[in-house]
Amino acid sequence: MSEHAPPTQESEASTGKSTPTQVTDGSTAIVRALENAGVEHAFGVQGGAIMPVYDALWDSEITHITMAHEQGASHAADAYGVVSGTPGVCLATSGPGATNLVTGIADASMDSDAMIALTGQVPSHMVGSDAFQETDTTGVTAPITKHNYFASDSDTVGKTVGEAFALSETGRPGPTLVDLPKDVSFGETDRDPGEPTPPPGSTPTPAADSAAVDAAVAAIERAERPLCLFGGGVIKAEACEAARTFIHEYDIPAVTTMPGIGTVPEDDELCLSWAGMHGTGYANMAITHTDCLIAVGTRFDDRLTGGIETFAPEAEVIHIDIDPAEISKNIHADYPLIGDAATVLEQVHDAIETPPATREWVEQCSAWKDDYPMDYQTPEDEPLRPEFVVEAFDEATGDDTIVTTGVGQHQMWASQYWTYKEPRTWVSSHGLGTMGYGLPAAIGARFAADDSQDVICFDGDGSFLMTMQELSVAVRENLDITVAILNNEYIGMVRQWQDAFFEGRHMASEYNWMPEFDKMAEAFGAKGWRVDDYDEVADAIEGALEYDGPSVIDFHIDPRANVYPMVPSGGANGKFALTEEQL
Amino acid sequence: MSGDDRDNSTPPKHGLAGRPPEERPHPEGRRTSQGIRIDPEAEAEPRVRQAVVSALVENEPGVLSRVSGLFSRRQFNIESLTVGPTTVEGNARITLVVEETEPGIEQVKKQLAKLKPVMSVGELDDDAVRAELVLMKVHGDEPDKVHAITQMYDGQTLDAGPRTITVQITGNQSKIDDAIDAFRQFGIIEIARTGQTALARGATPTTPGEEPAPEGTIADEPQKPRTPAQHSDD
Ligand SMILES: Cc1ncc(C[n+]2csc(CCOP(=O)(O)OP(=O)(O)O)c2C)c(N)n1
Repeated sequence: MSEHAPPTQESEASTGKSTPTQVTDGSTAIVRALENAGVEHAFGVQGGAIMPVYDALWDSEITHITMAHEQGASHAADAYGVVSGTPGVCLATSGPGATNLVTGIADASMDSDAMIALTGQVPSHMVGSDAFQETDTTGVTAPITKHNYFASDSDTVGKTVGEAFALSETGRPGPTLVDLPKDVSFGETDRDPGEPTPPPGSTPTPAADSAAVDAAVAAIERAERPLCLFGGGVIKAEACEAARTFIHEYDIPAVTTMPGIGTVPEDDELCLSWAGMHGTGYANMAITHTDCLIAVGTRFDDRLTGGIETFAPEAEVIHIDIDPAEISKNIHADYPLIGDAATVLEQVHDAIETPPATREWVEQCSAWKDDYPMDYQTPEDEPLRPEFVVEAFDEATGDDTIVTTGVGQHQMWASQYWTYKEPRTWVSSHGLGTMGYGLPAAIGARFAADDSQDVICFDGDGSFLMTMQELSVAVRENLDITVAILNNEYIGMVRQWQDAFFEGRHMASEYNWMPEFDKMAEAFGAKGWRVDDYDEVADAIEGALEYDGPSVIDFHIDPRANVYPMVPSGGANGKFALTEEQL
Repeated sequence: MSGDDRDNSTPPKHGLAGRPPEERPHPEGRRTSQGIRIDPEAEAEPRVRQAVVSALVENEPGVLSRVSGLFSRRQFNIESLTVGPTTVEGNARITLVVEETEPGIEQVKKQLAKLKPVMSVGELDDDAVRAELVLMKVHGDEPDKVHAITQMYDGQTLDAGPRTITVQITGNQSKIDDAIDAFRQFGIIEIARTGQTALARGATPTTPGEEPAPEGTIADEPQKPRTPAQHSDD
């Protein structure tokens, strides 16, 4: 990892040293706009329509990482943004390049991640003629971007790219895209794009209406069982300190959503980990019994709420969010507070005069931790438990370690059995649930992280198969990442549902055969291990963490292991099942 | 890790320890499908109503598809959509008639406002000025009667031939509905309706903060005084 300095250090160095790109045409203006935005890394794949832009990158200080597949580029850029807090950048050519980005753009959109995609397009005069590799990229991506742009003028294309970059991180973040016809990239111009500026009217007011704050505060003051619910928006707003201060000052327990993992340290007495379909029993008990839910930066996804009718049924809801369209979209907000999470949390914090008496409630929440423990058994003569592997990694690594995942059971174990302590260390595909997110995300995270941070990808065998070609990138760039495959030779999450809801008919969920991932890793040039037994776990983890480069450990786990607790779709959170019989 | 010193909570082999769902306390309260906590005293499911929403937009390419795409992907019920320029160069007004519950109408307005080219969104009051235009092609067998009914609705005959007559009627929605009913006797061959377009009554801006183009920046179009519809039904 030595050659990849963390972005913060590099940017300090680059402001002094680097020579910005000289603007002579559309492409150099585009690259200059990225430089002006402080971009240091971009992920992508070359191709005809985007070649002028790549050519302009030749002379730029921006480091481009060629990915194996554009989907990988979009996930890498997404994760880069999640870890660094600044928008990730991905590039692709027109047609198939652009359509391959779509999954990653949709993923970023569902998780409100800041990201900018630059796509090549056929020359303007050929647009609409079904030219070679022409796709209506702005049409395809309109519903999955915060906004997209079709560049039409070399003189303004740089400014447009800057605007798209700024817009993606303004207010509620989200992906933006600029489609770049080849003639626009080629066309001459000497116009410096200037600093990235969001479009007029896109920057929201940070503070909430003070009368609304007073009303919400009155609800908190009279509450007996207040509960904070922290979503991913808290992390995006850099509001974790404000959130931690708030709950400690007023002794209010907190649950998070999955994207909100890391807002509050999970070993904190007041933290009940995350709520929802596979959230902890204690988080789901708390959310069921609270009489005042202080929800911050969350969109009340159905995997969090379960059935709307039974969600936090006794609670007055205070909803703090930067996006007015999320207020009362899924769950009616009795007290809407529109504004920036940190600013509004501080407003609420300062306005409370008579804090609610919460000791009894806090003790009740702690008692639920004892009533619904996440403990499991590890009989030596039985196959390896995935939970054990996750905990062993957590113990072997530092608190700032970044975890990425695919989608399925392994994702749930990685979120349940790792004790997250810091924001931006949990990097996953939540809203879209994209299998294959894990490895490219680990690559993006590696470029954004400090050298001292470990990056671990917990992957499913099925998820790994979807994007494993990106291992070639990790080897080429000598990236210090560890992929821990929790291999059950099943499309595990589907198999679990089939057992619970489809009478055990394992239609299209049994792989029966999997490549030997340790050997495959070696063939790519990475280090590979295979682990079948408990006594091999520690050594393999140590070996992988010590190895300065990409490593893959293929853990053959108990194929029958299931994820609990589980709130069945549309069910009541408080009625989570702890075993299959309870479903 | 797996160690366990509590008596009652040895985890089962596949699953976790703890009281089963039916043995847990569960609150009585409930929410409606809109996520509103049900007040057992005054329980009321929100009713669907019609709302006229006006959006002032930057008239950039694709703006209409962004708006219509929003309605289809969020499953908002839309009755009609009209679009046309305003006094400001580069701006357009989109007038939408939607049928939604109260929370649904709020959501329509908020989602519209989030689209980047949308500058301002307003819902029109009941007293707003609304109009729609319909073209109707009817059989030409009874030209005198067609003419009389057209007059009755302040309409105009745009085309008259031996076989067909085409008329134009403008007015609010119910007047148009009435007119169509009245013309059915002649046998309607084709209909084209524009959908409602609307402005706020009096000096109230139609969308919040909306302003006309500065003096002299638009071509002087003589503003015809508006004659109130004679068949106003509201
Ligand atoms: C791209 C994509 N296709 C299909 C699915 C549906 N799906 C959800 S979980 C899952 C199984 C994942 O299997 P694996 O990666 O092996 O993880 P496991 O559940 O076994 O841990 C599938 C197919 C998905 N989430 N994403």
